[in-house]
Parts: sequence; structure tokens; C-alpha cells
Amino acid sequence: MNAAGFPLLSLLTFLPLAGALIIMSVRGEEAVVASNARWTALWTSLITFALSLILWFRFDKSSPDFQFVEQLSWLPEFGVNYMMGVDGISVLFVLLSTGLTPLCILASWESVENRVREYMVAFLVLETMMVGMFCAMDFILFYVFFEGVLIPMFLIIGIWGGARRVYAAYKFFLYTLLGSVLMLLAIIVLWFSAGTTAIPELAEFEIPFSIQVWLFLAFFASFAVKVPMWPVHTWLPDAHVEAPTAGSVILAGVLLKMGAYGFLRFSLPLLPEASAFFAPFIYVLSVVAVVYTSLVALAQQDMKKLIAYSSVAHMGIVTLGIFTFNQQGIEGALFTMLAHGVVSGALFLCVGVLYDRVHSREIARYGGLAKIMPAYALVFMLFTMGSVALPGTAGFPGEFLVIVGAWAVSPWVALGAALGMILGAAYMLYLYRRVSFGRIIRDDLRSLLDLSPREYATFAPLIALTLWMGIYPQSFLSFFSVTVSQLVEQHQAAVQAASRLAGLP
Amino acid sequence: MNWQIALPEIVLAIAGCVILLVGVIPRRDMTFPVAMATIGAFLVTGVLVLMQPEGTGFGGQYVSDSFSAFMKILALAAGALSLLVALDWNEKEGLSRFEFPVLALFATLGMMVMISANDLMSLYLGLELLSLPLYVLAGFDRDNPRSAEAGLKYFVLGALSSGLLLYGASLVYGFAGTTSFDRLADALSAEAGVSAGVVVGIVFIIAALAFKIAAVPFHMWTPDVYEGAPTPVTAFFSAAPKVAGVALLVRVLAGPFSELSDQWQQIIVLASLGSMVLGAFAAIGQSNIKRLMAYSSIGHVGFVLMGLAVGGESGLRGVLVYISIYIAMNLGAFAVLIAMRRNGRAVEGVEDLGGLGRNDPMMALCMAIFMFSMAGIPPLAGFFAKLYVLLPAVEQGFWVLATVGVISSVVSAYYYLRIVKVMYFDAPLNGFEPRAGGVTVVLGATALFTTLFFLFPAPLLAAARQAALALMG
Repeated sequence: MNAAGFPLLSLLTFLPLAGALIIMSVRGEEAVVASNARWTALWTSLITFALSLILWFRFDKSSPDFQFVEQLSWLPEFGVNYMMGVDGISVLFVLLSTGLTPLCILASWESVENRVREYMVAFLVLETMMVGMFCAMDFILFYVFFEGVLIPMFLIIGIWGGARRVYAAYKFFLYTLLGSVLMLLAIIVLWFSAGTTAIPELAEFEIPFSIQVWLFLAFFASFAVKVPMWPVHTWLPDAHVEAPTAGSVILAGVLLKMGAYGFLRFSLPLLPEASAFFAPFIYVLSVVAVVYTSLVALAQQDMKKLIAYSSVAHMGIVTLGIFTFNQQGIEGALFTMLAHGVVSGALFLCVGVLYDRVHSREIARYGGLAKIMPAYALVFMLFTMGSVALPGTAGFPGEFLVIVGAWAVSPWVALGAALGMILGAAYMLYLYRRVSFGRIIRDDLRSLLDLSPREYATFAPLIALTLWMGIYPQSFLSFFSVTVSQLVEQHQAAVQAASRLAGLP
Repeated sequence: MNWQIALPEIVLAIAGCVILLVGVIPRRDMTFPVAMATIGAFLVTGVLVLMQPEGTGFGGQYVSDSFSAFMKILALAAGALSLLVALDWNEKEGLSRFEFPVLALFATLGMMVMISANDLMSLYLGLELLSLPLYVLAGFDRDNPRSAEAGLKYFVLGALSSGLLLYGASLVYGFAGTTSFDRLADALSAEAGVSAGVVVGIVFIIAALAFKIAAVPFHMWTPDVYEGAPTPVTAFFSAAPKVAGVALLVRVLAGPFSELSDQWQQIIVLASLGSMVLGAFAAIGQSNIKRLMAYSSIGHVGFVLMGLAVGGESGLRGVLVYISIYIAMNLGAFAVLIAMRRNGRAVEGVEDLGGLGRNDPMMALCMAIFMFSMAGIPPLAGFFAKLYVLLPAVEQGFWVLATVGVISSVVSAYYYLRIVKVMYFDAPLNGFEPRAGGVTVVLGATALFTTLFFLFPAPLLAAARQAALALMG
């Protein structure tokens, strides 16, 4: 039995779905339905978050194994089981998903006015899929959740998005689906070669190098699109710009992590030799992503697009860190993922605050906001610094560790990552200067109201987290350091074994 | 003579004759009672099928095993569901004639004979019994030139395919000396080499059956007939005859001709590839939703054929699972198509679904479920259908088939998404007329099946597995 004494992870996964069913069954006048839907969604997600805190307190940080494991027979004939569990890699992502969802619901309290009921249903279904994906210990189950995310996200972008929402929704859906179906074929191959789809058992299984290469490419097709890595990142700016604020927050905060999580969970442990073989290729793509998208971000006129490109750059640092295969690099990558989830989510919320008031995301439309909305300017600055990776904010420990890890591989790779930090400072500060400082060129900006209590409530936890992660990163790092060191050891052992074999006459 | 083997068919045939008489004699309109009686007859037949003993009868011409039971239940269910959705439509379109259910009944009877056929003769008998009512049904709206055209087109091409089948059967008989499936199997496995005549005969038989299930390159009639025929007839076309055609193809190829799998496998592989690719690309430009569904059904047949090409127990099980799930999704989607009525007229454009998400959220939700499921997105049933076909394909090393299959499913996702887009993203049009009770029942049942299949897949899988095993002998 698991540590909680009851099926905690299933409850976390399916409680939002139950909330969605309740919301769907509400009948009555539109205004009443909308209000009921909002409150039900908020309470459902808050209860889910409260339950997920059990993970924070009861998770055994000294063990690299899966914990809170649940198992039910699902497709017995195929050896596929419903298996849920979290280890050091996934536990914090579950918390990130459950934590961001109530904030997203709060953030869309007033900005979503039509079809509120459907919106809340879509968000709760999305939460089910996200949490389920991070908890799945079975490959098929993982795939079901991984793909299932597409349906609510497609609807969220397409129904409540901006002007080019249809284009963006299609692009998002088809891009990701194309990658995923190739992964499905790879999963089936693994299934037949290993005879199981349970992730812990698969990790023990050794696959010949010639097959590993193909499997790696198939996984890469799926995860690289999700991350997204250059050059398959083009769906992201479109999706971000068109999605409603809360959609962008979840997209940046959680969905972008799915690709990197996939690399860590599958590519590295299952295909160690192929991962090592393709690592230089990944370094090149990552460094190009970091430098190129940072330069692109400098030239953006649209705030959301700028932050979207900055996300691609940050995820470049993450993939770089993962493929260093050393303790610092992978821990840094994980930490950067978490920090990026909090900080970029918060930045999208900041843009959302302005968009709700002015209905424009154009940078040139603003200026001098520090004088009109001082509290907002302060909050925005904090998250800007977090994105820049200023020491003391969430962004710093992760990126620093990645650079340390990259240095061990090659100084040139480390240089690429460091260049990203410099350029990151350039585009974020440039954005902040244009929005907050300078003269107030437009009179209508003078009447803007500062943050409302609801917005304070949305930002407060994110501010606290950003500072906490920056000042005392150990409370987060300690969750995954044991798991990561085991991963690194296994990886090195596998690669050494392979090279010994190759060295034989 | 072991006539009890055919008891369900005999009961259905007698019921059909009685229902026909009941429909003819009274002066008042008997459509509704006749339709209900037909559905009742389907139910009774279904129960009889489940209770049927296994074995062969009529001098080995007729077989009853768990495969035939599985397929018959499926055909009966498809028939009953399409009758249920047809009632209201026919009444509103002025097509409320009692012959409609009776024709559907005899077509279903033909399917059951086909499914149980164990001889080329009984196969042909069943096929013709299926086809003749279908020709009439396609032209049922006889005052409408499109429907008449559809009926004529279907008849001409159907007659051609029947001719092909007969020619193939006579070649096989001429070179192998028998029409019985059992003895054909013996004859083909005993000989050291099989004469080219038999192979040519098989090709003809496959071509005829491929015509019935609308596989590429014998698919040309599908979009025109689907578009022209009255919508409930199209619903029936897209479901029931496919079951029978697939059943027959599976029985013939996996049974007597299994020794020649090297010969027919490449044909099936090519037909499967062609169907998947054509179904994916040709539907993109369609503005008529019935044409779109026609191409979509071609694509799905491609997947079914993939399972058949792979063969073996798991491949055949994939075929059976796929066709079952396809029937549910497809009938559900057609229930929506039938409910598309505005200002007293049926509308058929994709754009006519505009804003359905606002006007009728439940129906839009069901349609979205069917579309995502057809696109193969988990956790909906359509994903598992594809999974159970892809599994054996990958296991047996059919890489090209599997890769083309998944990529074509991404392409086809584009047009399924278009329907979701029209329903949810576009500005609302005027609402449809209130949907009829029968439509709601079918919608609810199929949507629940499609959504919840992933929770309880075991019964269907077990039944399909048993059926596949029966076929392998």
C-alpha cells in the first residue's frame, strides 16, 4: 500500500474530472451557471491542490524509487496495468500542475465572459490529463494522458483565444499529434521487445543500439515538438499569442515541461547509448535555440510573443542540461523547468493584467506604467528578474547549475548557455523598460487601476515561490537529487558497458 | 440436415414476410409499428444468435461459430440503430413508407447469410440478398434525382462487382474443383503448387468484396452514393454492409485461402495503404458532410484491412475490435447528421453545423467526441481501435503500413478537427429543429460507449479474441 493510505494519486487525477462533471450538470440562467461554474472549479482545484500537498510532506526524499504506487489490472492480456506513482522527477511537477490550476481559474475569473461553464470544464479536464501524465507509471497510460491534453487545449485556444485562434489551435494540435503518433509506434516496439509497458521494468531492459537509435528518433519527434526545440518551435509563439491568459500560463507552466519530462523519463533511462550518441546533436539544437530565439525575442512588438520566444530559449537551456548527463546539469534542468513554470506563468499573468484593462498586448501601446500602477510594476519587475535569472530569484539556481554541468562537457557548450543568460537579460530588461519606464505617452493609460485584490491573491503565491526558490533552492533540489544521482549512475554504467562491448575485438 | 444452425436467419426471414404482410394489408399508415416490429425481430434474432449452437449445416454450406455470432450481433445492432435514427427523418421528408424497415430487414438477413457462408454458393446468395434491398434503399427518395442517381450508380457498379465475384468463383471452382470452403482449404494446402487460375479467381473475389466495403481502388461509388442516398440510408450503408463485407473477406482469406496468403497479402496491403491515404487526403476539400464521411469511412476501412493484411490471431482481433468501434462512432456521427434539419429541410454542409456548441451543447459534445475518437485521440475508443490494429502490424514488422497508418491519421485529424472547429469556434447559425427521441437514444448510447470504452475494454476484447480464434481453427 502507498504511503498515504488511500489512492492519493488517482484522487488527484480524477477529482478535477468529477468537478467537471458537476459543472456540466448545472442548469439554469446563464449568469447563475457562470458563477456556479467558477466557484465549483475554484473549489475543486483548491481541494486538489490541498490534497497534493500531502505529496510535499510525505514524499520520502531519500529514496529514488516510485512512491505512492497504485496498481489495478487494466488490459491484463497485454500486460498493461493502470499504474500510478511519483518519483523525485515527477513529484514536483504534480504539485506545479495542481498549484497553477487554481491560479489560472482565478486569473480567468472576469476575463472569460462567455461560455464560462465550458471553459471551466475544459480547464478541469486539462488538469486531470496533466496530473495523470506526470503520475503514470505505465507507458500506455502515459500516452493516453499525454495525448489527451490536446483535446481541452485545442478547445481552450480555439474558443476563447484571440483573432487568429483557429490557425493557432490547428497548428498546435497537428504539430503535436504528428510527433506523438511516431512515439506511439516506438512505444509499441518497446512493448514487444520488453514484454511490458511498466516504466520501472522497462528501465531494466537492454535494447540493442541499432534499435535504440530509431526509438530515440521517434521519441525525439514527439518530445522535441512538445519542448519545443528549435526548429520545431514555431507552433509555440502562435499558440501563446492566441491563447487566453490562463491558457498561456498552463501552456508555459506545465505543457512545455511535458517534452523535457519525456526526455528524462524515457529517452535517458531507456535509451542511454542512443542518448549519448545524439547528445552533440541536442547541444547544437539547444544552443541555436537559446541564441536564435533570444535574438528573435529582442525584435518582438507583442509582449506575449516575446515571452513565448523567451520560453523557447529557457527550454533550450533545459534540454542542454538534460543531455549533459551529469548531476549538476540534470538537476539544473529540472530546477529550471520548475522555475520557468512559475516565472513564465507569472509573466503571462502580468501581460493578462494589462490586457484585461487595455485590450492590447502591443509593447508600444504602453509606457510609464511604473508611475500609474506602482504595485503592478513592482510585481512585474520581480518576475522579469526571475526570468533574467538574477541571483536570489527562482531563475538563477537552475541556469547556474546547467552552465556548471555544461562546462564539464565542453566549455563551448557552457558558453552557449551563458550567452543565453546575457541575451535573456537584454530582451527582458528592454521589455520592462519600454512598458514601465519612460514618459506616459497615452492619456488613457492614466486612468488605469492598480492591482485588484483578486489579482493580488493570484500573484502572492507566485511571488513567494519565486523568492523561495531563489533564496533557498535546497528545499526543492532535495526532492530530486537522489533520483537524479541514480539516473546518472545508471546512465554512465550503461554507456560504459556499451563502450566496453564495442572495444572488444 | 442440421437446419437449426440457421435458426436465427429462418426466424428473421419469416418475421420479414409477416411484417411485410402486416404492412400491406391495413389501409392506414403502418410505418411506425412496422419499424418497431422490425427492431423487435432484430432483437429476437440477436438472442437466438447468442443461443445458437456451433457447427456446420446444409451440407457444409453454412457455418455457425463464435466469429459468425460476433459479426451477426454487430450487423443486427448496426441495423437496429440505423432504423431507430431513420424513423423521424423519413416522416419529415415524406418518405414514411413501411417498405423501408422491411428492406433493411432483408438486407440484414442477407448479411447474416454472408457472415455464415461456408461455401462460394451461399456466399453469393447472401451477397445478392444484401445488395438488392440496398439498391432500392439508395434510390428510396425516388422523386429526388440525386437519390435516383445514387440508386442507379450503386446498382450498375454493384452488378459489376457481383459479376466479378461470380467470375472469380467460377475460376476457383474450375481450377480447384470445389466451392466449399473446407474442401478448398484442403485442396489448396494439399497441392504442391497452386495453379494460376485459382489465384486469378481469388483476385476477382477480393475485388468484388473490396467494392462492397469501399476499399481503394474500388471506392469510386462511395462519395456519390453516400451523398445522394437519403441520410438514414447512408447511415445504414456506412455501417451494416461494411460489417458483412469485412466478415466475408476475413472468412474467405483467413479460411480457405489462408494457404495462399503470400498471394493475397500484397493486394490487401496495397488496398489498405491506398484507402488510408485517400481517406485522409480526399476528405480535406469536402464541403458536404456526407461526402466527408464517405472518405472518412474509406480511411477507416484502410485500417481494418491493415489488421487483415497482418493476419494471425491478433491481427484478426484487431479487425474485429476496429470494426465494432467504428460502427459505434460512425452511427453516432450519422445520428448527428440526421438531426441536421433547419426550416423543415435537411442540410448537409459542413458549415451548417456552425455554432452547434451554443445551440445544442449536448449534441455538439457528442459529435466532438466522435470526431476526436475518429481522429484517434486517447482516451476515446477510436484510439484503442487503432492501437489494436497497429500492435500486430508492428509486431509482424509491417513498418510501411504502420507508419503510413499513423501519419494518415494525423492528416485525417485535420478534417475531423474542422468539424469541431465549425461547431465550437464559428459564429452560431440558427438552431436546428429539435432532435427526435430515436436520435437522442442512439447519440447517447454511442457517445457513452466511445467515451467509456477505455475503462472496460475487456469484454469486447475477449469476445473478439474468441471470434478470431474460431476463425483460425
